[in-house]
Amino acid sequence: MSDIKERISKICPEATFEEGDCLLVSVPEPKWYPLAKALRDDAGLRFDVLTAVCGVDWKDSIGVVYYLTSTSRSWEVIAVKVAVEDRENPMIHSVSDLWKVANFQEREVYDFFGIKFINHPDMRRFFLRNDWVGYPLRKDYDANPELNPIRLTDEINEDDSVSYVEDENGKVKAVPKKVFEEEDYVVNIGPQHPSTHGVMRFRAAVDGETVKKVDVVSGYIHRGIEKLSEGLTYPQILHFTDRMDYMSAHQNRHCVCLCIEKALGLDVPRRAQVIRVMMDELMRISSHLLSFGCTAMDLGATTAFFYGFREREMVLDIFEKTCGARMSMNYNVIGGVIADLHPDFVKDVKALIEIMPSRLKEYHKVFTGNVIAQNRLRNVGHLSKEDAVNYCITGPSGRGSNWSCDCRKKHPYAVYGELDFEEVLETGCDSFSRYMVRMREIEESCKILAQLVDNIPEGPIRAQVPKMIKLPAGRWYQQVEASRGTFGVYIESDGQKNPYRVHLQSPCFNLVGVMDLTCQGYMIADLITIGAALDFVIPDIDR
Amino acid sequence: MDVNIKSMKREDFKDNEYIDKLVEELNATGANVVVGKLDQLINWGISNSLWPLCFGTSCCAIEFMSLGAARYDMARFGFEVARNSPRQADYIMVQGTIVHRMAPVLRRLYEQLAEPKYVIAAGGCAVSGGPFKNSYCVLPGVDKILPVDVYIPGCPPRPEAMFYGLMQLQRKIKVQRFFGGVNRQEKIKEFFQKHPEEQGKY
Amino acid sequence: MFDFGIWTSWFNNLLTGCMPGWAATLIECVVIGVLVLATYALLALFYILYERKLCAWFQCRLGPMRVGKWGLLQVFADMFKILIKELISLKGTDKFLFKLAPYLVITSSVVMLACLPWGNGLQIINYNIGIFFVLAVSSVGVLGILLAGWSSNNKYTLIGAMRSGAQMVSYELSLGLAIITIVLFAGTMNINELVWQQSNGWFIFKGHIPAIIAFIIYVIAATAETNRGPFDLPEAEHELTAGYHTEYSGIHFGFFYLAEYLNLFIVSGIASLMFLGGWMPLHIPGWDGFNAVMNWIPSIVWFLAKAFFVSYVIIWFKWTFPRVRIDQMLAFEWKYLMPFSLANLVLMAIFVALGWHF
Repeated sequence: MSDIKERISKICPEATFEEGDCLLVSVPEPKWYPLAKALRDDAGLRFDVLTAVCGVDWKDSIGVVYYLTSTSRSWEVIAVKVAVEDRENPMIHSVSDLWKVANFQEREVYDFFGIKFINHPDMRRFFLRNDWVGYPLRKDYDANPELNPIRLTDEINEDDSVSYVEDENGKVKAVPKKVFEEEDYVVNIGPQHPSTHGVMRFRAAVDGETVKKVDVVSGYIHRGIEKLSEGLTYPQILHFTDRMDYMSAHQNRHCVCLCIEKALGLDVPRRAQVIRVMMDELMRISSHLLSFGCTAMDLGATTAFFYGFREREMVLDIFEKTCGARMSMNYNVIGGVIADLHPDFVKDVKALIEIMPSRLKEYHKVFTGNVIAQNRLRNVGHLSKEDAVNYCITGPSGRGSNWSCDCRKKHPYAVYGELDFEEVLETGCDSFSRYMVRMREIEESCKILAQLVDNIPEGPIRAQVPKMIKLPAGRWYQQVEASRGTFGVYIESDGQKNPYRVHLQSPCFNLVGVMDLTCQGYMIADLITIGAALDFVIPDIDR
Repeated sequence: MDVNIKSMKREDFKDNEYIDKLVEELNATGANVVVGKLDQLINWGISNSLWPLCFGTSCCAIEFMSLGAARYDMARFGFEVARNSPRQADYIMVQGTIVHRMAPVLRRLYEQLAEPKYVIAAGGCAVSGGPFKNSYCVLPGVDKILPVDVYIPGCPPRPEAMFYGLMQLQRKIKVQRFFGGVNRQEKIKEFFQKHPEEQGKY
Repeated sequence: MFDFGIWTSWFNNLLTGCMPGWAATLIECVVIGVLVLATYALLALFYILYERKLCAWFQCRLGPMRVGKWGLLQVFADMFKILIKELISLKGTDKFLFKLAPYLVITSSVVMLACLPWGNGLQIINYNIGIFFVLAVSSVGVLGILLAGWSSNNKYTLIGAMRSGAQMVSYELSLGLAIITIVLFAGTMNINELVWQQSNGWFIFKGHIPAIIAFIIYVIAATAETNRGPFDLPEAEHELTAGYHTEYSGIHFGFFYLAEYLNLFIVSGIASLMFLGGWMPLHIPGWDGFNAVMNWIPSIVWFLAKAFFVSYVIIWFKWTFPRVRIDQMLAFEWKYLMPFSLANLVLMAIFVALGWHF
């Protein structure tokens, strides 16, 4: 920790430091870009992963908090705060050339806060219509519905983009750009399309059947969860997480609970921790089964989809008995879980882990082993390990590129530290590897469940929490391994009963970021395969 | 007039008064026997062959997939021919939140559906905006932009609830008037009378 | 075995007995036309249910159950629905071609259906180039699909149509070569003759190795010809929403839908005609008692059973295999299937020349 301070002070003497759950470095805007470059490239630092980008409006100033992770320094995390005073025309240097993942992240910040990023290649709105008035996450946003009525007209000038380019004298100039060339043959895929797994929209410029460029248009299910959370109390914001990535409902909620518990300094009873971990793993199995089914269906093998769903119903039954719902379970609460396990829980889980190995064999027989499936998945959507790190592709997709990035191993939480399980890695860097990681992770999850199912300790299921939960002033960042990658929660509190700012760093958001990179040079049919193998959930991207 | 659904009793359904009112209206305006019988035959056809448009925005869409999967199997009702092209679908089941950016798209999808067409709002978000009602960019219910036939509450509704909603839609269809009703011939004529310049363009 | 020719010639005699020859022919044409169309509609409806039930069973489901007993009336409900559905006409389309396309597709499949030998004496025309005619007519269907894709003024339909064109033109080669292999073996293209030659053993047994290879090639190529999975790229639902018929609604879409299922029956019918003896019962030379029992089963049942069996195999493909990609599909045809069928043709020629067959 201290050597980081030293090194940063050497590069940027103006930086100030603040201790918290991780080191927070505040730098003035003009020094930010050189510091970022050094943080990434300096041999002693090597912060090669840009984990999260959260825009924050501090009222007197406006800016961004960057969370950086260094894989070589045993996954140490630091935060860098960059703030500017100018609220009318805030400008911060873009780091999208250093960490490619920042490309979409900065567009999101621009959309929410109106912060323009200098030298960003494509400064368009990301979630909201391009004729939207105002920046909704600013504290002074005017929510008058007359400014932004329900428009039933199409968005115009979709191709128009802009870049704020800085010349050698430090002058910033807006350069208009076009997303697609005049002669591009652009095929529109989505928002209503069977294979986008929701309402994602891709605009693909094709040459014959070969994809030249993919433009991701998101926001068709952007519900403004982050803004809504600011108006609710901490227990109230929990239910949003179940509705973001509904296939990682337990894990996401677990993450928010952990973050709040960390801020409160609350100890969760061991029984609750074990139950949470078991639910997380069940959720992972259910998610990967759905992913298997959807991949098969997108490739045209409809029958495999039904096989995957058959076993998924078993998992849903377990959820239903204990949590009372098949989806959107609302099970984790601050300090523990809301209800005790159903008496059948142990029996059902045992039945599931007993049946899964034979069923997995069946899946491989029906789908994986098929020569057409192999040909469709292998060598499609190549994503090298370097790109995976640079684009912060975590979860099964990242591990399919041989990047060891499992949050359960790197930042163990709950009882994961005591468990014996393997981090599944594949070296193929293609869609098939991503698919296989998922299938093997089902086995690993079964292994975890088998270790825990007979060892659920007795005791309370919830810690004592105050009636009115107020977090002390400060900021916290917590990560868990959700079904699709590392899910992060940033909570900033000013001591009130409402959070000052909540940022939910979803793994799927980064996954769509590589669509353009991975699809180039492949065919339209491969675009569907790549999307299926990356396995993003749209409401998680849009929030 | 019977609005029976196979192996379901009348008492199994709620909102019977609504269907009774529709039956009354139908009887009051009275059609001759031939047209009436033909209407019944056509309504039998439509109600038993409701092909959904694949349209889901969030969690409810996953439950809709469960509806199609083996345990619930909506194919039993003949609803499994999910069409991806709105031209060939009969109803649109709005599953999930509709936000400002999606609203024109949904509206257009509805307009692209061929008559007779129906709308089901499934899930809290589609019914009223659900937990996101207060957000800056969420529609408080799809009935702000579409004429909704059946509302299915739930977050997300269970597959059984979706079946119930679909059966209610079947009941509603069975008492509709096809000729001079949902058949759009008259509407088309009216449109061209109002907009003579559009004649011949389609 | 019962000869349906008795009925048809009785009907012919009845008509010619009471009216001039041209009138009798006219009435016969009308009757046959009505019969063909009725068969067409009924078969298509049957096939829709057949596939839906089969795929449900593959997928551990029940399939249509609630409309009529075991869902038997399901397809009729679908038919009524689709008949009264609105026909949408679009701005910016080529109206004439847009409306013509579904008729082209359906006409081609009706004509092919009319050429099939249904049973002993149940054949409409006995052409000396019968099988060649069927192949020729089948190529008209692809024109309809191309027109549909082009005239819809939609990128999905256009890509679907282009894929369809590439696919059908390619696989027609293998299909034709597989059929030529059998024509070479039989020495005739006359459909009636082809069936009678199989009275002492179906071609797939008589021609053994090359005939079996030809049968396999034929089934693969036929799957591609009918745009069914794993070769359903032209309407690849998960890529192109509905492919070339994305913009069609109502009965125009219904025509594509019916033609798709009927083409499945037709290719299965041709497979049964060329390889499995058409309506000819299973005969084993020497086993007279067995042959006599087989003859008791009406020939039309034999034909339909064989066709349904081949369709079952093709439906099985569709619901198990993933879809291939366009380049893989073309590579498979031009690099493997076509050279292989050419070699098989040569092999068959050698077998025929040397008399290595039964």
